[in-house]
Amino acid sequence: MLTTTLCGIKLRNPTVLASGVLGVTKECFDRIGREGAGAVTLKSLCHEERPGHVNPTMFNDGTAFLNAVGLSGQGIDNAVKDFKRLDDLSIPVIASIFGYKIEHFGQVAKKISKLKPAMIEANISCPNIEYGTPYFADPELAAKVTREVKKNSGKIPVSIKLSPNVHNIKDIAKAVEKAGADAITAINAASGMKIDIDARKPILANKIGGISGPALKHITIRCVYDVYETVKIPIIGTGGVTYGKDAIEMIMAGATTIGIGAGIYYRGTDVFKKICNEMEAWMKNNKVKSLDEIRGIVHK
Amino acid sequence: MPCKKDIPKMLEISEIIRESEYHKTLFFKHSLDCKPGQFIMVWIPGIDEKPMAVSYLKKDEFAFTFHSIGKFTHTLAKLKKGDGVGIRGPYGNGFSIKKNACVIGGGVGMTCMSTLIDALKNPMVINGARNKDSLLFHKRYKNMITTTDDGSYGRKGFTTEVLNEQLKNEKIKIDIVYTCGPEIMMKKIVDICRKHKIECEAALERYMSCGFGVCGKCMINDKIICIDGPIFNSKQLNEMPEFGKFTRLKSGKKVSL
Ligand SMILES: Cc1cc2nc3c(=O)[nH]c(=O)nc-3n(C[C@H](O)[C@H](O)[C@H](O)COP(=O)(O)OP(=O)(O)OC[C@H]3O[C@@H](n4cnc5c(N)ncnc54)[C@H](O)[C@@H]3O)c2cc1C
Ligand SMILES: Cc1cc2nc3c(=O)[nH]c(=O)nc-3n(C[C@H](O)[C@H](O)[C@H](O)COP(=O)(O)O)c2cc1C
Ligand code: FES
Repeated sequence: MLTTTLCGIKLRNPTVLASGVLGVTKECFDRIGREGAGAVTLKSLCHEERPGHVNPTMFNDGTAFLNAVGLSGQGIDNAVKDFKRLDDLSIPVIASIFGYKIEHFGQVAKKISKLKPAMIEANISCPNIEYGTPYFADPELAAKVTREVKKNSGKIPVSIKLSPNVHNIKDIAKAVEKAGADAITAINAASGMKIDIDARKPILANKIGGISGPALKHITIRCVYDVYETVKIPIIGTGGVTYGKDAIEMIMAGATTIGIGAGIYYRGTDVFKKICNEMEAWMKNNKVKSLDEIRGIVHK
Repeated sequence: MPCKKDIPKMLEISEIIRESEYHKTLFFKHSLDCKPGQFIMVWIPGIDEKPMAVSYLKKDEFAFTFHSIGKFTHTLAKLKKGDGVGIRGPYGNGFSIKKNACVIGGGVGMTCMSTLIDALKNPMVINGARNKDSLLFHKRYKNMITTTDDGSYGRKGFTTEVLNEQLKNEKIKIDIVYTCGPEIMMKKIVDICRKHKIECEAALERYMSCGFGVCGKCMINDKIICIDGPIFNSKQLNEMPEFGKFTRLKSGKKVSL
C-alpha cells in the first residue's frame, strides 16, 4: 500500500530519515531501518572532520525546535573507513554531503560514491554555518554545485537540498533540475533565534539556528507546493512531519517521499512505523489504494 | 502539536560545598523529579552545556557534583552562591532498585552512585580512586570500603580486587552489582559478574550534545546512551563490542578508549 519508487529506488514505504538526526553511525542508521523507515539519510559529511558548534546546540521551548549543531562530522575519509560500504543494509541509504568550495562537493561525492549509497543528497542549505549562504540563495551557484556533484557520482541519483530562507525557491529548483539533479529535497530548517531573558543570552551557542518540527510544517508545504509547480523531478518533502496526516498533506502538496527529522524527538525512533500505520489507516478510511492517487492532488 | 519541552531553566545556586581538592557540589532550591542514574544538562550561558549526574536529591532541593578538569568544570568552580546556571532534564532511564546490592564507584563516578545508595537501603559500597585527592564522598556512607591506586587513603589497590574478595566470602550475599566509573574498570566488573553469574548494571558515558536522542553523538553500537541508557544491564553490555574498547569524539569519529 505504501511502496514508493524514488529515482528508480524501491522503498517499502515513503518515510525517510532526514539528514542530521541520529544518522552518525552505521549501526544507528541500520537500527532506524529496523524501526520502520523506508530509507535513511546520513548526517551531512564534508571533506574534513568538524567538531561542530559548542553546546547548547538544540532545544524545544514548546513552540519550536531549534538546532545549530554546526555540521559536526567525522569527515569523508574517516567515514569511508568507518562505513566501508553503504549497500549492505536492509534499506537504501542516502548519503548527504556538503563542502565549503564547489570543488569540495565534487571530491566528497567521488569518495562517497565508492561506498555505493542508493542516492547522494547535496546539502547546500544549512542555516548554521557561514559558508552555507551563497549556494542556496543563488540559482547559478546552486546549478554549479549540482553539475559538480553529478559529474562525480557516476550513475548514482543526486538530490539537491533546498532552503526555505530564500525568496526565489522556484528559480533555484528550476536551475538545479536543468543542471541535472535527479530529485529535490525540500526543505532544510528555517533560520530562527531565541533569547533566554533570565540569562540575557541567546540559548544556542551559535546564537542563530534552524527551526524544525511542527513549527516548520506550513512553510514546508508551501515550498513543496511551489517546487512541484516548477519541476518534474521527484521531491523528498521534509520539514514538520510528526503524524501520518502530515505525511498525507505533504504528498498532496506533491512530495514523492517524506523526510522525518524532529519527528524522532517528538515520538521516538519508531516514529516511522507509527506514521506509516497512521497513513494506512487514513488511506483505508478514505478508500485510497495507492499514494499515486493523491500525490500532487491540490495542483489539479 | 505534541506538548514537549526541553529548554534550560535558569536556577540560582543556593549553596556550594567543597568536597575535596578537585570536587565541588552545587545545590539548588528546586524540586527535581529524578530517579537514581538519571542525569541533567547544565548550561553556563556563553560557555557550554554538559551532562551531570544528580548527587543529592531531596523533596525541594537537588545538587550535582563535578570534578574540575577542563574548561566547563573550571568555569563551574568559579561560580558563587546566587549565580545562575541553566538546568534541563532529568534525562535517561535510571537504575533498577534491587536487594542485596553492591555499589562500586570509581573517581567522579561516585556522583552517579550517590542517589542510588540513598535509595537502596544500606548497600555494600566500594569507592575507589587514583589517590586521596581524587576520592569523592569517602565520608558520606557507613558500609563502605575505600581503595586508592597509590594507597594514599584506604586500601591500596583496585575496586575489582575488593569485589572479587567479597564474592568469595560466603557470608555475604550479592545479587546485583551497580557501577559507574572509568569504562575500563566497569568492563572488568561486568566480566567478573558474568563469571559469577550475577546481575550487573553500569552507567555509560559518551560525549553528549542534546541529551534527548536527536544528535546521535552518544552512540555505543546501536544504542543511544542518553535515551536507551545511560544505565545498561549485563545482557545489553555483553552485546556491545564497543564497550570498554572504543568511544566517539565530538565529531563522531571512532577512537580507542
Ligand atoms: C551521563 C553523564 C553524567 C555525567 N556526570 C558527571 C558528574 O556528575 N560530574 C562530573 O564531574 N562529570 C560528569 N560527567 C562528565 C561531564 O559531562 C564532563 O565531560 C566533564 O565534567 C568534563 O568537562 P570539561 O569541559 O570541564 O572538561 P573537558 O575540557 O571536556 O576535559 C578536560 C580533559 O579531561 C578529560 N576528561 C574529561 N572527562 C573525563 C572523564 N570523565 N574521565 C577522564 N578524563 C576526562 C578530557 O579528555 C580532557 O583531556 C558526566 C557525563 C555524562 C555523559
Ligand atoms: C539536530 C538537527 C541536525 C540537522 N543536521 C542536518 C544536516 O547535517 N544536514 C542537512 O541537510 N540537514 C540537517 N538538518 C535538517 C533536517 O534534515 C530537516 O531538513 C529539517 O529538520 C526539517 O525536517 P523536520 O522538521 O522533520 O526535522 C538537521 C536538523 C536537525 C533537527
Ligand atoms: S546526546 Fe544527542 S543523541 Fe544522545
